[in-house]
Parts: sequence; structure tokens; C-alpha cells
Amino acid sequence: MKNNKADIYWKKNLKYLTILLSIWFTVSFGFGIILVDKLNEIQFFGFKLGFWFAQQGSIYTFVILIFVYIFLMNRLDKFYRSNK
Amino acid sequence: MSLQVWIWIIVGLTFALYIGIAIWSKAGSTNEFYIAGKGVHPIANGMATAADWMSAASFISMAGIISFIGYDGSVYLMGWTGGYVLLALLLAPYLRKFGKFTVPDFIGDRYYSNVARTVAVFCALIVCFTYIAGQMRGVGIVFSRYLEVDINSGVFIGMGIVLFYAILGGMKGITYTQVAQYCVLIFAFMVPAIFISIQMTGNPIPQLGFGSESVDGVYLLDKLNGLHEELGFSEYTSGSKSTLDVFLITAALMIGTAGLPHVIVRFFTVKKVSDARKSAGWALLFIAILYTTAPAIAVFARTNLIETVSEKEYSDMPYWFKKWEDTGLLKFEDKNDDNIIQYLGDEQLNELTIDKDIMVLANPEIAQLPNWVIALLAAGAIAAALSTAAGLLLVISSSISHDLIKRMINPQISDKGELIAARVSAFFAVLLAGYFGINPPDFVAATVALAFGLAAASFFPAIVLGIFYKKMNKEGAIAGMLVGILSMLFYMTKFKFGWFGGGSSEDWWFGVSPEGFGTIAMVINLVVSITVSNFTPSPPEKIIKLVENIRLPSDEDV
Repeated sequence: MKNNKADIYWKKNLKYLTILLSIWFTVSFGFGIILVDKLNEIQFFGFKLGFWFAQQGSIYTFVILIFVYIFLMNRLDKFYRSNK
Repeated sequence: MSLQVWIWIIVGLTFALYIGIAIWSKAGSTNEFYIAGKGVHPIANGMATAADWMSAASFISMAGIISFIGYDGSVYLMGWTGGYVLLALLLAPYLRKFGKFTVPDFIGDRYYSNVARTVAVFCALIVCFTYIAGQMRGVGIVFSRYLEVDINSGVFIGMGIVLFYAILGGMKGITYTQVAQYCVLIFAFMVPAIFISIQMTGNPIPQLGFGSESVDGVYLLDKLNGLHEELGFSEYTSGSKSTLDVFLITAALMIGTAGLPHVIVRFFTVKKVSDARKSAGWALLFIAILYTTAPAIAVFARTNLIETVSEKEYSDMPYWFKKWEDTGLLKFEDKNDDNIIQYLGDEQLNELTIDKDIMVLANPEIAQLPNWVIALLAAGAIAAALSTAAGLLLVISSSISHDLIKRMINPQISDKGELIAARVSAFFAVLLAGYFGINPPDFVAATVALAFGLAAASFFPAIVLGIFYKKMNKEGAIAGMLVGILSMLFYMTKFKFGWFGGGSSEDWWFGVSPEGFGTIAMVINLVVSITVSNFTPSPPEKIIKLVENIRLPSDEDV
């Protein structure tokens, strides 16, 4: 029973990691590097969008990603501890 | 008050602060010396990590580099922040749960082998020494510029201060000094940036300012692109590096960040697993403040500089121009004898050479800000260099006193004895670092960026596989780390120092630069590790239990 719960915990954790790391990859390597020329055709205030992602947007997203992860994992920890 | 008086006052005050903190937080046990007694608050740890992480290079050179290479500078911005996502999600919480003192501790225990531990110590020492020599040199340069002493005396003063608080306080002293140093350096970085942003765009937030219209109603970036086109430089917002290389360098810096021992060890200092996650978040937030401001400063400084010097009479140049000419960081050579400065993209016709470090250091002078702002910048640059040097020193000393002496040579050593050993090794590490600061080997400057490649190629796969792949065994890890770090060393010595037949950038394999090769070496490490561990015996039951335990939440055991 206990092992079962540990399994669920770990699987959920891996699911969160996959989702968050896909976003991490998309904003930096995707928008900031691979698609940068395409996105640069779009104007975003005074920035070209691709350039903005490479020098600003990706960094903001990284910070948000970690705080989302903290929130999700704290919730998951609570689930693991409940009715143990 | 004159600039020099301001500098002595502000730098003197910050030094007094660091020394005061060191005396207050004297370490009494190895637990306090290595990991600050595991009692650091996540926000304080976040600040300390940020200061530890942001070196003299981040503070002084990065904005300057970006302002010369524009979009291509994004590799540093994304590379040195994105690594924290990997660190927070893949490493920090698990290493904290494991809960020992050092990175070689984890490698040695997880792979049940002193050979693996030795390889890890060897990798940690290579990474830290390549990094720390550059820091001591940075301290020396900043001192010599601002305190008007020669570079060597600057290095000595820096060594003295670091020696005092690192040896006395260990990790505890370093952590709380770094918190103070973070506050000094971020304040020093932001104040001129905000002033200049208001001057140039009317917007007090630099991150928004460089996307706004400048005083003449044109978007600042469009104006800069226009100036670049006029003078024959490549467009600021586009790059000239190949996409593949940008991709690989960014990845190497990210993975390297997550594998740097002096950053990882910071997550051992908090109370709980959930605190390790939190401090990674805070650390990145604190780092992001500087890292999102740097590209704005780059644009402001670049535009300001071009407008101040381009096609202007040499004799009309302001006071700072002469002063920086004296340091050799700025050189004017009047090729066509017209007494006018031609600053052009064409090497043949260009008359002005500018060192990248000037862009941050001279920025307040170029923008005519008051003297106390310039003095603040000096204190900030010194704080950045000292905090990183101290963090690295601690890893070096704990590698020797803990990983080598306590875990391998003399396990019977008492806690007191180990503490003395730690202090003695910190002392010799400072001397060695100081020696490299005074007599910098040529390769230092070239290798600081490569320290990331080395960290990526050695530690990262061994740690991540150790957590996420239960069947990973000692044979795989040792083979992977060795093949990874040796292939990185081979590629970087071949193309940076001309060993093994050397070669120029045309000979790079598939156009991959030595900086970007860290990613390739990391992949080689991964493949070798997994392949070898599939053909050798599985790790013992005890180790599988250990991994299962690391994976479980917070402070509970299986």
C-alpha cells in the first residue's frame, strides 16, 4: 500500500517534469534560437519578438516555471503525507 | 567630494561589513563549516546562491559582451539562467534529501566506489581552479582601476579579505557574507541602469526602457540597428553565429550551470527538501533581476557610446575618454589623420578599439552620473568577484579535507581535526588562487567559459542518472565521467591551445565551437554511462533502496 503511494508520487513528479521541461525547451531553444528569425518578423512593443524571447521572455518564463514547480510539488507532498 | 574619496568610503564600509559578518558567524564544527549547519533560510540561501553564482564576469563583462555581439549574447543570458530550471527540477531536491556534504560524497556513495569518488574530486578540482583564477584576476583589475593601486596589490588585498572570512566562518560565514554581497552588487548594478534608462527613454524600468522610444521618438532598438547599418556593423538584433552553435553553447552553459559543484553545494545548506526547491526559485529570481537588466544596459551603452564618439573631433572627447585611454582599455589610432574618430565595422578603416569591460565600468561616466554612483559600481564589482571566489574556495577545501582526508585517507579523523584540515586547505587554496591571479596563465581567460563545458561533461549525467535511473551502476558512471571530461579536455586543448595538432575554427567538427562542445561531451557521457551499465552487474540492493529513498518527498524515509 505504502509502496503504491510512493509509485503514484514518483509518476506524478515525472509528469510534472516532462510538462515543465517542455515549456523550458520551447521558450529558450524553440522561440529564442530555432524559430528566432520567423518570430523576429513580429513586432512586440519596441522589440522584435524572437530577440525579446532570447534576451527577456525566456528568463521570465524560467522563473515562473520554478515557482509553479514549487507549488505543484508542495501539493504533491501533502497528498503523500495525507492518510499515511 | 571627489570620486576617490567616495570610492574609499563605500568600498571601506562594505569591507567592514563583510568582516563583521565573518566574526559574528564563526564556524564551530565541520557541519557548520561545510554546509552552514543546514539552517539557512531559503530566501537567504537564494541570495547567497545568486552572489555565489554571479561572478566578476557577470557583473563587469557580460553586458559589455552583449553590447558588442547583440543577439549572439543571448547564449549567456539563456544559458546562465536556464540551468537553474534543470537544477531545481532534476538535482537540488534530491541531493538535499541525500543530505551529505559535497558532490563527490553523493557520487561516491551512490556508486558505492572510492574510484568514482576520486574521479569526482578530480573533476571538481579542475572545474573550480579554472574558474577561481579568473575571479582573483578580476578582483585585481577592479582594485587597480578604482583604488589606484597596482593589480598585484589588488589581488593581495582581495586574498586577505577572502582568507579572513572563508577560514573563520566556512560555509556559514560565506553564506551570510554573500547575502550582504548580493545586496551590494544588485544595488550597484541597478542604480546606474535606472538612471540611464530614465535619461534615454524616460522609463525608469530598464527592462521596459530598451523596448521603448528614445527621446527623439524612434524605438531605441530600431535606432541602434540603424546606427549599426550606417557604420557597417552587423544588425544588433540578429546574430552572426550559426544556429547549431548557438543551440549547443546555450545547452552547454545551462547543463554546466546545473553541474557546477559550488552551486550544487549551496542546496545542502537548507533545512528541508522543500526549502531546496524554494531556494532554487529565489536564486533564479535574484539572478534574473541582473540578467534581464544586462541586455538593457548593453543597448543603452552601445547607443550612448556610438553617439558620443562617432565622427566627433578627438579633442572634444570628454574627460572619461582620456582616463580610459590611460588604462589601455580604449585605444584611438587616427589612421587618416583628420582628428575625427571613425568608429566603423570595417577593420581597415576603424580607428577605435574598445575593451568590452568598459561598457559597464565607464557607463555611469559616459552618462554623466554623480560620483557616488561610480563608487557604488566599484564596490559592486568587488562584491561580485569576492563572493564567487569564496564559494569556489570552500568547494576546493572541502574536497580536500572531507572527500580526500576524511572519506579516504584517514576516516578516523576527529571532527576537530577535520575542521583544522579544512581551514588549512582553504588557506593553501587561497594562496594558489592568488598566485594564479598575479601570474595568470594565458589559458585562464579562455577557460573560464570552458569550466561549464567541463562541468556539463562530467557531473551532470552522473548525478541525474544516479537519481532517475536505478540500474545505473559504478562501472557506467566512472566510464561516463572519464570519457566525458577527457573528450571535453581533448577538444578544448586542441582548438584553444593548439595541442594534438591544433586547428582553427574551420577545422571544428561540424562547426561546433569548443564552448558548445560541452553539450556533445555530455551526450557522449550519457551514452557511454548507459551502455556500460547495461553490460555490467546491477547495483546492490542497498543502493536501489537509497535511490528509492532519495526520490521520496521531504524528510521521510521509506
